[in-house]
Amino acid sequence: MTTALPTLDRSAVRSFVDAHVVPEADRWDRAGAIPEEFLARLTEAGLWAPFLPPEVGGAGLDMRGLGAVHEEIGRGCSSVRSLLTVHTMVSWAVQRWGSDAQRERWLPDLAAGRVLGAFCLSEPGAGSDAVGITTTATAHGGGWLLSGVKKWITNGARADLFLVFARNGSGISAFLVPRTAPGVRVEPIHDMLGTRASMLAEVAFDEVLLGPDALVGPSGFASGMVLSGVLDLGRYSVAAGSVGIVQACLDASAGYAAQRTVGGAPLSELQLIRAKLSDMVTDVRAARLLCEEAGRLKDAGDSATIMATWVAKYFASTAAARHATEAVQIHGALGCAPGSPTARFYRDAKVMEIIEGSSEIQRITIADEAFRQDYGRTPEDQR
Amino acid sequence: MANTHAQTIRAFIVGRHPQAELTDDQDIFSLGFINSLFAMELVMFIEKEFGVSLPNDELRIDNFRTVSSMAELVERRLAGAVSA
Repeated sequence: MTTALPTLDRSAVRSFVDAHVVPEADRWDRAGAIPEEFLARLTEAGLWAPFLPPEVGGAGLDMRGLGAVHEEIGRGCSSVRSLLTVHTMVSWAVQRWGSDAQRERWLPDLAAGRVLGAFCLSEPGAGSDAVGITTTATAHGGGWLLSGVKKWITNGARADLFLVFARNGSGISAFLVPRTAPGVRVEPIHDMLGTRASMLAEVAFDEVLLGPDALVGPSGFASGMVLSGVLDLGRYSVAAGSVGIVQACLDASAGYAAQRTVGGAPLSELQLIRAKLSDMVTDVRAARLLCEEAGRLKDAGDSATIMATWVAKYFASTAAARHATEAVQIHGALGCAPGSPTARFYRDAKVMEIIEGSSEIQRITIADEAFRQDYGRTPEDQR
Repeated sequence: MANTHAQTIRAFIVGRHPQAELTDDQDIFSLGFINSLFAMELVMFIEKEFGVSLPNDELRIDNFRTVSSMAELVERRLAGAVSA
């Protein structure tokens, strides 16, 4: 059966997700992996990096469109969305910051899904606080020598190409490291709380010798920008995926409330249940609008997208965690049962509050907005 | 032209730091304004506002040290775009 999508609009991706993701997601969650057969489906559907330009095999999809794709995938399975997120981060870094040679070497394979990317920042002792990373890249014979251990690497167990952030003098720079490079060791991590099928791993780099072409982006003061930019895009994808989780919780809860009766009355008529559903309806729309604003600003190249993305991720991820809790509550014991999609949403939603900048970091950072001119206004209002 | 560019750039920075006073020749790094997020916002702002692209080799600290040096960078990129 062919799964090539005629277009990458929301409705085509929605149908793809309903046909190929929703029925399988709980099985993948229990297995702790996404099967190769489905990875091939994603490839055939052109979903790995559709924002890349057509010249390298992408679809030239804009960022608003990409957000819609990641929302729909996230509605079906946060683990699959996580794989797309990290692949997106690596592909975008090469596209935005790479040299001509790096673009030629990697983008066609990344666009086609022949090479799967993973993003390596977190370490045993450093997560959202990137300043604490201890992996080092030292100049060596015209190239680099990379040493350190990265942990909680999404798709680390499967990916072919790692975008590794390492301390390089006083700054943090990005390096492209093929999985096959001598000195790269991958150790899968099983049984995580959520996004259990996202094939996490610890990836160790033991004096990995890299050529001069491994460094991505500028060196010096601007090198941290690569990390900021990549995290911004990851945050955007997680925000969109979180909207998908809220939508999935809403769909499941409304469907269940409509058919289940309590004391002779349908659940859907109980005021306390209606209150929960009303909040889901409201928050899913609000979160989606915040994501769309961030995406529109990205498409316009407007620097206000960075703060808009922080806000979207903070709102959408906390809404996902809140409503997934309520969705389990509405489903009762069924929501706690083995193989329950609602239980999976609950576990996955918790992860959304931690990855790509924890809620605590979001709450510290978004406050900067309060001290800016015209705070609280959208960029359009300011003109 | 560079004067107008400088005004526009200064307005952007001061909008992010309304309490600060900033001259065109003050080192914004020594004032503690720059972190990697703000650096990225600044680069995005310059690229969009002036319709220029800033390749990796232009992303040097000296090009971003002062409002004046950023205005000169913009001038140089605009001139390069015309002659290219």
